[in-house]
Amino acid sequence: MLAKLMLTFTCVWALAACKSNKTEAAPSASASATPQVATGPVKIGVLAAFSGPFAEYGKNIENGMRSYLKLRGDRFGGRKVELILRDTTGPAPDVAKRLAQELILRDKVSFLAGFDFTPNAIAVAPLASEAKMPMIVMNAASSVVTAKSPYIARFSFTLPQVTAPLAEWAAKNGIKKAYSLVADYAPGIDAETAFKKSFSAAGGQVVDAVRVPLKNADYSPFLQRIKDSKPEAVFIFLPSGEPGIAFMKAFNERGLVKAGIKLLATGDLTDDSVLAAMGDSTLGVITTHHYSAAHDSPENKEFVKVFGEVSGAGRPNFMAAGGYDGMAGIAEVMQRLNGQVDGDKAMAIFKGMKLLSPRGPISIDADTRDIVQTVYLRRVQKVDGAPFNVESERFENVKDPGK
Amino acid sequence: MLSNFLGVVFDGVAYGCLLFLISIGLSVTMGLMNFVNLAHGAFAMLGGYVCVYSMTRHGVPFLLTLPLAFIATALAGVVLERLLYRRLYASGPLDQVLFSIGLTFMAIGATTYVFGSAQQPIQLPAFLQGQVSVVGVALGVYRLLLIAVVLVIRFGLGFLFSRTRFGAQVRAAVDNRDVCAGVGVDVDRVFCLTFGLGSGLAGLGGTLGIDLLGLDPTFPLKYLVSFLLIATVGGTGTIKGPLATALLLGVFDDAGKYYVPQIGAFVIYVLALILLVVFPAGLFGRRS
Repeated sequence: MLAKLMLTFTCVWALAACKSNKTEAAPSASASATPQVATGPVKIGVLAAFSGPFAEYGKNIENGMRSYLKLRGDRFGGRKVELILRDTTGPAPDVAKRLAQELILRDKVSFLAGFDFTPNAIAVAPLASEAKMPMIVMNAASSVVTAKSPYIARFSFTLPQVTAPLAEWAAKNGIKKAYSLVADYAPGIDAETAFKKSFSAAGGQVVDAVRVPLKNADYSPFLQRIKDSKPEAVFIFLPSGEPGIAFMKAFNERGLVKAGIKLLATGDLTDDSVLAAMGDSTLGVITTHHYSAAHDSPENKEFVKVFGEVSGAGRPNFMAAGGYDGMAGIAEVMQRLNGQVDGDKAMAIFKGMKLLSPRGPISIDADTRDIVQTVYLRRVQKVDGAPFNVESERFENVKDPGK
Repeated sequence: MLSNFLGVVFDGVAYGCLLFLISIGLSVTMGLMNFVNLAHGAFAMLGGYVCVYSMTRHGVPFLLTLPLAFIATALAGVVLERLLYRRLYASGPLDQVLFSIGLTFMAIGATTYVFGSAQQPIQLPAFLQGQVSVVGVALGVYRLLLIAVVLVIRFGLGFLFSRTRFGAQVRAAVDNRDVCAGVGVDVDRVFCLTFGLGSGLAGLGGTLGIDLLGLDPTFPLKYLVSFLLIATVGGTGTIKGPLATALLLGVFDDAGKYYVPQIGAFVIYVLALILLVVFPAGLFGRRS
């Protein structure tokens, strides 16, 4: 009886999935930019996960955006800014696409923003092209994202961009044999490819590479295998949050550090929003990333303070920085266009845009519309009793090497 | 080489014990009482939050939170059984599924409202961390604890259901409720206590699982497949069925991930499929 019940369940789910795919037929969005003078509020549609296991992603992006509004005022080019939040619930391309369509057609937004997950960004890209609507990516980090529509500008980072400097640094610092472990989805594969390429170009050797499922509870067997194969270092990419927490637990339990195996990771592992909760287990972990809440600059101090006020507690993470800088980009476009949004003119301004961000100087590459920025090498250390990613070396003007 | 293999088997047994712990509550409510309780994970989650809350806010030591979580979820189970569940004993499985999945969504919403959506990691006491070496094989201390708890539960439940008067009443009440009530057994009370026991075990499993599985409001749905897998493949009406299944799946999962990491994560689903085809009523299942 129970087996039958489970089977029925699966069928119902499968049917529901088919149905929702069908209703996603070709979008009829062709809202051409209207030439008349607009004076009402300028609406920004924010697509991110606000519920479910990834709810923190959306919260961080939203609070980053709101921090900008609080710090720099909520009028762009003379028009009041209104954020319209839509919950994609997680990596759900069909949901993201439907919500984007509603934002464009019904809510008449002028910008699409957010995009925590690559699949969601890719699903929405054709709608942005059709509606000629600027689409501001604030997190999704696969290389390929910006190539999916000429109306995409990315204010976050790409995985090859932060991975390549790490591989070069490792090779330069005497690490010759490394093992790679990544989450088995597009950004993970990007990271693995970039690490292999840069590491072997610099004289290192990736002895083995394993891809683990996104939903994986127990990392111990993978780590035991790595420990037994005795590499000098292990390179990790896992999406921020739960996977990182589970990984660090197993990493410490297996005693890889004691076995002399160094842990190298992208900053996703030591995401500022979960770092404190991970306790002392992360101390000494070496990562490369583009943003740390401990970044030493007046811009960042201001941002961290305002973010604390906006979010109630906590410190900004790299997604919050993406949200903040995305808003800065939109603000610049609105000022230069005097509040009159036009997709093509807006994109022309995004191309080559330079900003001084809380993470340091950033610019948008004129050809790829992808971000060019400083990547930092960091170690987890205690600052005033709490663990932070403390930056030591910097790699300036890093472009996405994945293109 | 041999010590690697022994290590993998040990890890697999420990992981199997964890699977058993998080699903044994369901084996009691669904397997013994024939109630399709998909809200099982919600009770497990409640136990987890009781543990985290009492540890972080009131400084209760980890081991003490285990009985605390058991009692709190057992009480919650008894209250819900009295108020809601007992009305559905006579209903068909579909009603039970709809009711309990609804309850799960309410639990997820309420937990998000109260505790937020973030992960709630716990810091285990130092003596439960790390590994000890036994004749050359490194054994995780926490995993040893899991195995010990499972042994206690296995023999405790076995004794309770097959050797005590209460156990005989439960089995009789499940087999034929009306006749059982007719000979003077207080069936309502028996079911209520059994449901409380199942919920308490769920809470205990949720607590012991935090360290490996994490804890956030979506816990009940995230691991629903695991619970159902153990309860279904294990078969209804026994304790040793789910235990054997959990150990088997645990060992194969670990070995798969260690020896063939590329496909390791799918091994247990293939195994579950094969087991269900060969034993449609579950391992050790009673054909009803």
